[in-house]
Amino acid sequence: MNAEKTYEEKLAEFESRVARGEKVEPGDWMPEDYRKTLIRMIGQHAHSEIVGQLPEGKWIPFAPGFRRKLTLIAKVQDEAGHGQLLYRAAETLGKSREEMLEELLAGKAKYANVFNYPTPTWADVGVIGWLVDTAAVVNQTMLSQTSYGPYARAMKRICYEESFHIKQGYDAVAVLAKGTPEQRAMAQDAINRWWYPTLMMSGPPDTLSTHSQQSLKWRIKTKTNEQVRQEYVDLIAPQIRALGLSVPDNDCHVDEKTKHWHYTQPDWDELKRVVNGDGPCNKERLGVRKQVHEDGRWVREALAARQRRKEAVA
Amino acid sequence: MSDTQWDAYEVFHQKKKGDPHIHVGAVHAPDPQMALQMARDQFARRLQCVSLWVVNSRHITETDYQDERFFAQWIDKSYRDPKAFGAPEKEEP
Repeated sequence: MNAEKTYEEKLAEFESRVARGEKVEPGDWMPEDYRKTLIRMIGQHAHSEIVGQLPEGKWIPFAPGFRRKLTLIAKVQDEAGHGQLLYRAAETLGKSREEMLEELLAGKAKYANVFNYPTPTWADVGVIGWLVDTAAVVNQTMLSQTSYGPYARAMKRICYEESFHIKQGYDAVAVLAKGTPEQRAMAQDAINRWWYPTLMMSGPPDTLSTHSQQSLKWRIKTKTNEQVRQEYVDLIAPQIRALGLSVPDNDCHVDEKTKHWHYTQPDWDELKRVVNGDGPCNKERLGVRKQVHEDGRWVREALAARQRRKEAVA
Repeated sequence: MSDTQWDAYEVFHQKKKGDPHIHVGAVHAPDPQMALQMARDQFARRLQCVSLWVVNSRHITETDYQDERFFAQWIDKSYRDPKAFGAPEKEEP
């Protein structure tokens, strides 16, 4: 029986189970740091999906054509759905959705840094779908192998939908890349602005990352930040070139020895600055999120009133 | 701000008649009818679906992963397995 085992015995058992590739479920014994790390990671991931609706959502009224508009609405709805799936996965570890939502609104929670950059043109919408979601899928495919069962299940469902996001983004950029010189310039400008922010998405190099080693050991993550970033560059750099566009890094080329794409590291100080609130759109994103929350209050109140009336009648 | 929690409802999705209802996740909702609406938006906005069940998560009774004895096989139960017997599947004509 577990009750008779010491903490060290339980930890050793847990670690050998995880090392064998077995999954951890909500009712299982787990080290407190495992629980805390996952609550933090899944919570941030959920917040990223919710905030991630905003940079593209503002383009819905201006999408060129009805089909693009419907597609964009569907994509933004997916992000909301992903947020809800992830909040639920985090809840299985003992933190309520309400608590997480409050932390986000209070500006205490972190979310994917990439959403603190602006979307001034239509090309940004395509490039977010193509580049940002390719980077996200590389990371999320890795996370679908995570040792925590509910997170792995959510990731599998989410990856399926993200592949639609990438395809529609690629398609939107491809139209621009084959269009007028102005359209090509618009696509190139968007790629220039999003290249480095998307490289930052997989996190700082593992030498700078405080959580990496423990997360790898417990198979919360199954690849290092550098591995995930390399996979992303290997996928996206040749695709960008194939469209006749260029990667805004003169040093981006295939390394003859490793057969991987070599690239210049992004400015990690910039990541630190933007994560800590000093990015181009941090205030705008949180402001819109708060406004939307207030605008939706009457819906939540109406639902609560309906429920109270049903209970009174019953 | 106490209006964002709501109860969780486990969602079971049936792809086509004849298939089992399979657990696909959970939604938050103020009541079961809204849970069905949320479940449709969350789990059936793309994939084929003919029926959804929702059950308040509080109404699920589950076994304890840490009670290893619950599913323990105290004795050899191979006698329950058809492969444990030598009877032929089918005689050749």
